[in-house]
Amino acid sequence: MEIYLDNSATTRPFAAVRDTMIQTLDEDFGNPSSLHRKGMEAEAYIRQAKARIAATLKVEEKEIFFTSGGTEANNLAILGGAAANYRAGRHLITTSIEHPSVLNPMRHLEEQGYSVTYLPVDRRGQISPEDLAGAMTPGTILVSVMMVNNEIGAREPVEEIGKLLKEKWPAVLFHVDAVQGYGKYRIRPRNAGIDLLSVSGHKIHGPKGAGFLYVKDKVKIKPILFGGDQQKGLRSGTENVPGIAGLGVAAEAIHKDLEGHNEQMYALRERFWQGLREIPEVYLNGSAGREGAPHVISAGFAGIRSEVLLHALEDKGIYVSSGSACSSHHAGASSTLEAIRLDPKLADCTLRFSLSMFTTEEETDAALQALKELVPFLRRFKRR
Amino acid sequence: MKFQSFLIKYSEIGIKGKNRYMFEDMLVSQIVRALKPVEGDFSVGKVSGRIYVNAQGDFDYEEAIEALRHVFGIVGICPLVQIPDEGFEDLSRKVVAYMDEMYPDKSITFKVMARRARKDYPMDSNELNAKLGEVILDAFPEIRVNVHNPEVYLNVEIREQINIYSRIIPGPGGMPVGTNGKGMLLLSGGIDSPVAGYMVSRRGVLLEAVYFHAPPYTSERAKQKVVDLAEKVAKFSGPIRLHVVNFTEIQLYIYETCPHDELTILMRRYMMRIAERLAKENGCQALITGESIGQVASQTMQSLAATNDVCTIPVFRPVIAFDKQDIVDIAQKIDTYDISIQPFEDCCTIFVARHPVTKPNLNVIRRSENKLVEKIDRLVGEAIQTTESIIVG
Repeated sequence: MEIYLDNSATTRPFAAVRDTMIQTLDEDFGNPSSLHRKGMEAEAYIRQAKARIAATLKVEEKEIFFTSGGTEANNLAILGGAAANYRAGRHLITTSIEHPSVLNPMRHLEEQGYSVTYLPVDRRGQISPEDLAGAMTPGTILVSVMMVNNEIGAREPVEEIGKLLKEKWPAVLFHVDAVQGYGKYRIRPRNAGIDLLSVSGHKIHGPKGAGFLYVKDKVKIKPILFGGDQQKGLRSGTENVPGIAGLGVAAEAIHKDLEGHNEQMYALRERFWQGLREIPEVYLNGSAGREGAPHVISAGFAGIRSEVLLHALEDKGIYVSSGSACSSHHAGASSTLEAIRLDPKLADCTLRFSLSMFTTEEETDAALQALKELVPFLRRFKRR
Repeated sequence: MKFQSFLIKYSEIGIKGKNRYMFEDMLVSQIVRALKPVEGDFSVGKVSGRIYVNAQGDFDYEEAIEALRHVFGIVGICPLVQIPDEGFEDLSRKVVAYMDEMYPDKSITFKVMARRARKDYPMDSNELNAKLGEVILDAFPEIRVNVHNPEVYLNVEIREQINIYSRIIPGPGGMPVGTNGKGMLLLSGGIDSPVAGYMVSRRGVLLEAVYFHAPPYTSERAKQKVVDLAEKVAKFSGPIRLHVVNFTEIQLYIYETCPHDELTILMRRYMMRIAERLAKENGCQALITGESIGQVASQTMQSLAATNDVCTIPVFRPVIAFDKQDIVDIAQKIDTYDISIQPFEDCCTIFVARHPVTKPNLNVIRRSENKLVEKIDRLVGEAIQTTESIIVG
């Protein structure tokens, strides 16, 4: 039996995604820039993907720019946004719990002479709009806030922030990293005052290597890749037709019964959370109930190194992450767990379980059962 | 300049008396092995006490040099121009052409080092030095002779053929692998043990290796990391048989039965015992570890003595007196460092005490081991039984 509870790392692609991609590899393999029919066929996939994605956000097709994924979308938004506005100012604001694909471009800009404010979060991992307002300066050009934190599932108040910015600082660009939020929430960038929004395909049952950046009409950012001027020069390079086609299919499918899937995930999350409470000395991170995202459960199992428990679960066919899959390649504590001021000893013992619309109660119950056996067993070998 | 031949220089083999041919033959076979994956058709031969590598037709020069730089026993690799003896006029022309092509910038100092190995050649070495020096000076007015400290030593050897070379690419030194028995390396995922294996192998020792893992608690990645490290060492040492021992049951049993501050020492004693048994089963005459005095709690003088206590065959610890940075320098040179620093837990880090004993008392340790008498022999036997052997490299 295989129980995959690592859907914040990546998801299994929909069958329809795979089929569409095969079609673009087998037959419709043209270059969308070619003038002949083969090119037109390929271009049609891109138009269709754009239309499907635009419909999910209620935005225009011309506002969608395809990238190689979430990392590139975040880099393009931040580096491209800063470059386009460097005459207006050199200050950016973000949070202390962003994904490395936001934090590292920010650090890069700091090396280039920009200054960056990293907003603190509360114990549940949320920033406060008041802190943001307090950090604004006349030189602020861009604010970047993630929608859902990848490590603990905290939901940031991006709509509130967007409105605040549009009211008081309309010239400041607002970027939202929605890699963990898109497909879980119906996002309306126009209503929410969002100028730039990053999405990744493989977190929504689409392919790896494909994502997009929503760039609001009239918002100017500079490219970070230079070449054949595809996608209006903002993102040069022959379009990844299989990836984009798959991404379009996934985007449409994941929004079909989004509310229903969320209900299901919230119910499983609640049940899982309750089950975890029955194990002694388990500490939950983030917010319970609707305040947190429906798919992420972060829990610390005191006394057991996360890697030990992770591999013990793996032995039973259950796949989870330690902390965040992205930061688990690095030694040292995760930045999110540090930012919510989790005891470093406990951060070392933290696992992330992440659900998808395909996760069943049978699976989460089996995982709970495994934890109830493994945790007491492994605690016999606790460090003393 | 395109070279088709290399003269291989070796040093220590030269002093091995009657065994000399055996060392040379081993070096030749190691060179053949190293060149096997390189694009090209090579022949390696021993001619009157020297080893030559000849390439037929096109070959990948850079890759060939790189391969030769991994063969222990080689101190220098000389890209060689070989010409037939067609008289001094012809030799002069070719020497001038060689200098012209090798040193486009002529503001250098040089010295001719002629050697007349074929005694029927009409000029002796001194005459050759003088005449060839003159010819070169005539051809290139900017060039200077410096007999004491020249930038370029131009070697001209008169044999059946004439060899011309001036560049010596340093080899790794040491002795050809296979000339000095076989050792069992305790390979962890760390920085030190691959370096230790490299150093001992450099003395001509064949390697096998043993790795202790603790599935399911240590990841497949940790094991892959050790395989990757063995592969890097094997570039020098030749293929390594890697024995992967499942240590979980032993580790958990010790954990539950013995005082926690002694865990590391007890674990290491059982690792040494198992390594020794595998060594004997596989014809190894010694164990090799990457221990270094005082580096961690299990490597204090007392801890080393406590670990060594269970071994009956010699344990070689080539980095015993090295500072960490010295070990890191070698790890970088042999390209294992970047692999070693990947952060995967291994069996020595997952279940260990926060405050291990640093001055273990051997009597106390032995008494703790007595508590294990019920199951430990069976568990050790099972661990050896279930050992997986992989050939790496």
